[in-house]
Amino acid sequence: MEANGQVTTAGQLVKQRPRRQIRVKTWNRSTVVTRATLLILAGLTVYAFFSFDYKEIDFVQAMLATFANLKSMFLEPHLQRFTFGHALYQVLVTLGLAFLTTLFGAVIAVFFGLLAAENLSSKWVSSVVKGVVAFIRAVPTVLWVLIFAVAAGLGSVAAVIGMTFHSVSYLVKAYSESFEELDKGVIEALKASGAGWWQIIFQAVLPSSLTYMISWTFLRFEINFAVAVAMGAAAGAGGIGFDMFMASNFYLDIREIGAITYFILAVAILLEITAAKLKKRLT
Amino acid sequence: MTALLEVQSLSKQFLGSEGKALTDVNFSVSEGEFVSIIGPSGAGKSTLLRCINRMIDASSGEITFDDRNVTKLKKKELKMVRTKIGMIFQHYNLVDRLSVIENTLHGNLGKKSAIAGVLGLYSQEEKEQALRILSVLGLESLIYKRADQLSGGQKQRVGIARALIQNPRMLLCDEPIASLDPNSAKVIMDHLRDISTSMGITVLVNLHQVDVALKYSDKIIGINSGQVVFNGSPAAITKEDIQRIYGSEAEDLIFDLGGIHAS
Amino acid sequence: MQADFFAKKRRNSLAFLLALAGVTLIAIVVTEYDVAKGFTSVPDAVAWALGNFYPTQESLVKLPGIIDKLVETLLVSIAATTVGAAAALLFAILGSNTTRVNAFFGSISRGIATVFRNIDVAAWAMILLFSFGQSSLTGYFALFFGSFGFLTRSFVETIDEASSGSVEALRATGAGYFSIIFHSVIPSSMPQMISWVLFMIETNIRSATLIGLLTGSGIGFTFNLYYKSLNYDVAALVVLVIVAAILCIEAVSNYVRRVIL
Ligand SMILES: Nc1ncnc2c1ncn2[C@@H]1O[C@H](COP(=O)(O)OP(=O)(O)OP(=O)(O)O)[C@@H](O)[C@H]1O
Ligand SMILES: [Mg+2]
Repeated sequence: MEANGQVTTAGQLVKQRPRRQIRVKTWNRSTVVTRATLLILAGLTVYAFFSFDYKEIDFVQAMLATFANLKSMFLEPHLQRFTFGHALYQVLVTLGLAFLTTLFGAVIAVFFGLLAAENLSSKWVSSVVKGVVAFIRAVPTVLWVLIFAVAAGLGSVAAVIGMTFHSVSYLVKAYSESFEELDKGVIEALKASGAGWWQIIFQAVLPSSLTYMISWTFLRFEINFAVAVAMGAAAGAGGIGFDMFMASNFYLDIREIGAITYFILAVAILLEITAAKLKKRLT
Repeated sequence: MTALLEVQSLSKQFLGSEGKALTDVNFSVSEGEFVSIIGPSGAGKSTLLRCINRMIDASSGEITFDDRNVTKLKKKELKMVRTKIGMIFQHYNLVDRLSVIENTLHGNLGKKSAIAGVLGLYSQEEKEQALRILSVLGLESLIYKRADQLSGGQKQRVGIARALIQNPRMLLCDEPIASLDPNSAKVIMDHLRDISTSMGITVLVNLHQVDVALKYSDKIIGINSGQVVFNGSPAAITKEDIQRIYGSEAEDLIFDLGGIHAS
Repeated sequence: MQADFFAKKRRNSLAFLLALAGVTLIAIVVTEYDVAKGFTSVPDAVAWALGNFYPTQESLVKLPGIIDKLVETLLVSIAATTVGAAAALLFAILGSNTTRVNAFFGSISRGIATVFRNIDVAAWAMILLFSFGQSSLTGYFALFFGSFGFLTRSFVETIDEASSGSVEALRATGAGYFSIIFHSVIPSSMPQMISWVLFMIETNIRSATLIGLLTGSGIGFTFNLYYKSLNYDVAALVVLVIVAAILCIEAVSNYVRRVIL
């Protein structure tokens, strides 16, 4: 019972008391990849800080300026160039953009979601739809909007259609995953009873996925509100985002930005709370 | 025999809920005793166990463990007392992504300084003891396996190892076999009984299986709606006692009482 | 009885559809959405894109410059995400019900994260533009704030889901606060947290494009430059480069997720 190589049993170990370190940490593929990921991210971060284009900014001064700005933004907000009512209406416009986008996105996504779900369509169709959707998702929303703006002109049409692309790809992924969770047996049972594809969809698939779909759709609405604010600013889609863009880039009025931020924040938090409530009630 | 644990007029009312989870609970447990706590779901078994090591703070009453009043302890002293009490859970509560031996060594964290604890600096002796305990529990071939790759019975044995490495005076077990098949359950109960008999460690077990409780215990405590309704030896338990513990619907629980008493 | 059940169900569906139609109508009116144009513009846009929006031989000359800007944008996104994740980890530990020090600090840290999360990165970019101007730092801080808010919420959920059992067990052994964090919370939540961080990096690269447009930096600015000057072939090349980068990162992320989760 000589202790060559690995200690195998505790019995041996206690008898012989080899003063060798007992390993506690284990190395396997998962820990190696975890650590490698963390290390690479940390390395890239350090490298990034060296490579940033600082444009001769005095960092400390800029930080102080930011704090001062944040202070006047949040503590001394005002509305100068428009009224409270106008701001409220612009918020409504942004919500409208988000709503239309979500609605169009959801309707289209249900159809493609069914095609993308492996258990409801063929493997081939499913991979094609999923591939196209991944491509659509990879193009930033703002670029979709700008590409559409060439044909449709800047405005709500380009914004809604451009944003719809992203909503569709997001919801197709979410919907198809919840369709795929549906028990194989249920589909089989209906098939055995002679039901056709559409009947299975409407009698089994949609009813059992409905709660998931509602909470995913609402979540997307929440995201779309934020996206609509951004599109208002970056792609002239109108709404509260456009006012913010004007206050920031043309009037340089940080206090007006503060007031607008409060409006956005209020709506966003309201939506978040609603989404959480909805999720709790549905699950 | 001296009392290791003494519970006096213990009551617990959860914040924001009506009615008490525990009402005026009194009992004592001697050194080395094997005690089962039985009672229907929601009777307050888990609450009672967690009041003993102050995972939950009692509303009123006193708990004396090893001649110290647990309910009055400060943070530091409470940690000291907890290192003397091992706890075993229904769902094992292991860190799934760590190995068996790491999970076992976790039992020693309470005795370490903050820095040694954070860095996980374990001495050679501690590691050897971990191996010794794991081999007693029949886990020596699995020490580097990740906890989430074990079966339920194996997980629970790791849970026991984690408690034993604390070198505890007492074990608190909250339904240790509720998620196990009959065979694994027997292995676990045999280990617990053996720990109590051969190491002299006091064991308090919450159980749902009346026959198991009767078979393994020195003493049974029956709880219903937060009150102790039976406290005595398994031999002394009667049909009426079982009915008082589980309510009048409990006819079929009683059928093999005779068999167990006879054996 | 049964007829009643179906009638009620139908009534509910009808009411829901009516409400939906009503809200849609309001939305169309307030946003001045031109429905007819909505339909006709899709084929128009497709026709236009097929005719103009693709990279040509000449546009490839610009590729090195585009790649430079892409790398800059990638680095900004990664740096913002990792630093944001470190801050989020701290706030999540303080904010999670499993590991919080006390209820007061718990609510405070969750509240701070809520505010940061609900101000969109585009809004942050416009705010930060005031003091940091058109530098990488504007985008960096905007993404940092957004990531911090989002990751804090995700990390809180992860900690509560992954580690509440083992935290209880370690607390029962008398282990100290930091031992519990390092031996239970971090090992059990780390893989899920890394998964969230990778997701955030993907999202941030897309947002960085948007921020670049708003603040005149990075790949977003490059796109805008060629787009505004009607150099659609180069703009298309920029889009393809972004798509390729994001798909690559998604593939790497998916591999990492498969191994560690
Ligand atoms: N954190 C809590 N907050 C409020 N009420 C609680 C809490 N934990 C337990 N209770 C209540 O206290 C009572 C006793 O619960 P306990 O978990 O101790 O029962 P138990 O006997 O262990 O039941 P089981 O056999 O199902 O585990 C129950 O009515 C329960 O609803
Ligand atoms: Mg219980």
